[in-house]
Amino acid sequence: MTTAGLLFMLISVGAVTSLLTWCLVKVLSAKKPPEHLAHVEPVEAKDLDRR
Amino acid sequence: MTTKQPDGWSSKLGVIMAVAGSAVGLGNFLRFPGLVADKETGGGAFLIAYFISLLIVGLPICWVEWTLGRFGGTQGFNSSPGIFHAIVRKPWGKYVGLLGFIIPVGVYFYYVVIESWCLGYAWNSFGGGLDLGKDPAAYAAAFAGFTGQQADGAILALGKPFCFFLGVFILNFIIIYRGISQGIEFVCKWGMPVLIVIALVLLARVMTLGTPDPAKPELSVWNGLGYMWNPHDIGKGLSNPAVWLKAAAQVFFTLSVGFGVIITYASYLKKQDDVVLSGLTATAANEFCEVGLGGLITVPAAFAFLGASAVAGGTFALGFNVLPQIFAGMPFGHLFGGLFFSLLFIAAVTSSLSMLQPGIAFLEEGLGLDRRGSVALLGLITAVGCTLVVYFSADLKALGTVDFWIGDIGIFLQGTLLIYIFNFAFGTERGWEEAHQGSELRIPKAYKFVLRWVSPAFLTAIFLMFVLKNVAGWNLSFAAPAFTPTDPILDLIGGPGHPASGVARLTAFFLLLFAAFAALLIHRAGKRWDAR
Repeated sequence: MTTAGLLFMLISVGAVTSLLTWCLVKVLSAKKPPEHLAHVEPVEAKDLDRR
Repeated sequence: MTTKQPDGWSSKLGVIMAVAGSAVGLGNFLRFPGLVADKETGGGAFLIAYFISLLIVGLPICWVEWTLGRFGGTQGFNSSPGIFHAIVRKPWGKYVGLLGFIIPVGVYFYYVVIESWCLGYAWNSFGGGLDLGKDPAAYAAAFAGFTGQQADGAILALGKPFCFFLGVFILNFIIIYRGISQGIEFVCKWGMPVLIVIALVLLARVMTLGTPDPAKPELSVWNGLGYMWNPHDIGKGLSNPAVWLKAAAQVFFTLSVGFGVIITYASYLKKQDDVVLSGLTATAANEFCEVGLGGLITVPAAFAFLGASAVAGGTFALGFNVLPQIFAGMPFGHLFGGLFFSLLFIAAVTSSLSMLQPGIAFLEEGLGLDRRGSVALLGLITAVGCTLVVYFSADLKALGTVDFWIGDIGIFLQGTLLIYIFNFAFGTERGWEEAHQGSELRIPKAYKFVLRWVSPAFLTAIFLMFVLKNVAGWNLSFAAPAFTPTDPILDLIGGPGHPASGVARLTAFFLLLFAAFAALLIHRAGKRWDAR
């Protein structure tokens, strides 16, 4: 493998690995949204057709 | 009084894993490495075009699908026809979602068959049944036999492959019957980490292969990595339209955008649930599996054992002919081979489940069926389609025909429609605001321009090139253009030395019937929605 090939591999693999790690840290450390803001009300069985 | 809680995701990580599971499939581990390693259109130029396409087409359309899906869900719709009905608010709007129903269901017709090959190969590999010696022809013959390529109807006479197909088909419907959180989410939350762990084990094995045959020092993992990652002539590559076409198409297919899946999955989110970070995370997970894992396992291993010629055979050849031969040549090969095909099977299950949910969602809300009814009806529809693919197995003609018209052309068309609907029916500004509702991440402002102008223009250009190349047979030359009808077209109309294929014609006719049936269902669903 040439030096340029090694660089391409390291940058590509490193970039996607870093991006995934950063995203997962953000997702797992994010505060939970307050449920009541967008809670979907239970649908009555008799109203299912009208939903 | 009984109440029914609407089905939905139980956690944010669950929906991210489900979308990533939908996107991660055979293409990540078999197709992508083959494209990068291609001497004509691969190398550094391909990677640059790939990452640019990811930034200006893949990621924006992902965000668009997540945003429109969540919006549709807040309007009470979970299927593509319903969501577009809510967005467009015109009688024709619901028909824009037609492809969002027929693409995932149509792709399922053949994807579940490939999924059963993966399970069958994993089973055979663990049992030592894939060690066929050093003759490459034996592996090709075994694959042709397992998939029934020698004659139509052959697979029905083969006990084991048909049992694998039936088992996988039923397994998918058992999982989908359990619903979003207890079915899809449960499988993806466990399946994706297991898949990544298996891939890391295989990666460690490949990286420690060294030079398997000391008599051939040029065949080493290091040189295999070089074969794949050495950049070649970047300037020449980037000026080649074929490089851009292949890179953009790979990005498009690998992310499952334009599939009707993400839009359906996102519709089960709540109004304040984040879509920007979730969409980015699912995309990143797919890219990690594709570039970080897929890019380091298959091609270097194939090169180290068999040299460059082994790599250039296409997805199925690499996966089912070349790799079994490699596993047979390494210590504990049956174990590593079994793990590899288990990985492919897990990737395929999480993808095939995502192909069923858009159909289930539509049948539930369009026809008012409960889950049992919708699962039964979709089971019937897919059983008919799968029977066609399974029975007409000679040269995999039916599979190839469905893949071309639904899996290639259909997905490109739907993705292009999606970005136009977002910009011109929903409105870019409104969509931008909608995307940031409850968002835990701001999309860079430059992306508003990209979404509005760059993505549609780029996607339209790539779609036209794709059709011109794969339908009209364009040679991708602007200086001396020439058009030669491609095999899928010749299969339908015939040509000199290439008689029309009865199976291809029958399959195309079936697909047209299926599309007409779906349009009829959407028409009926529209009346129901209008009466709300």
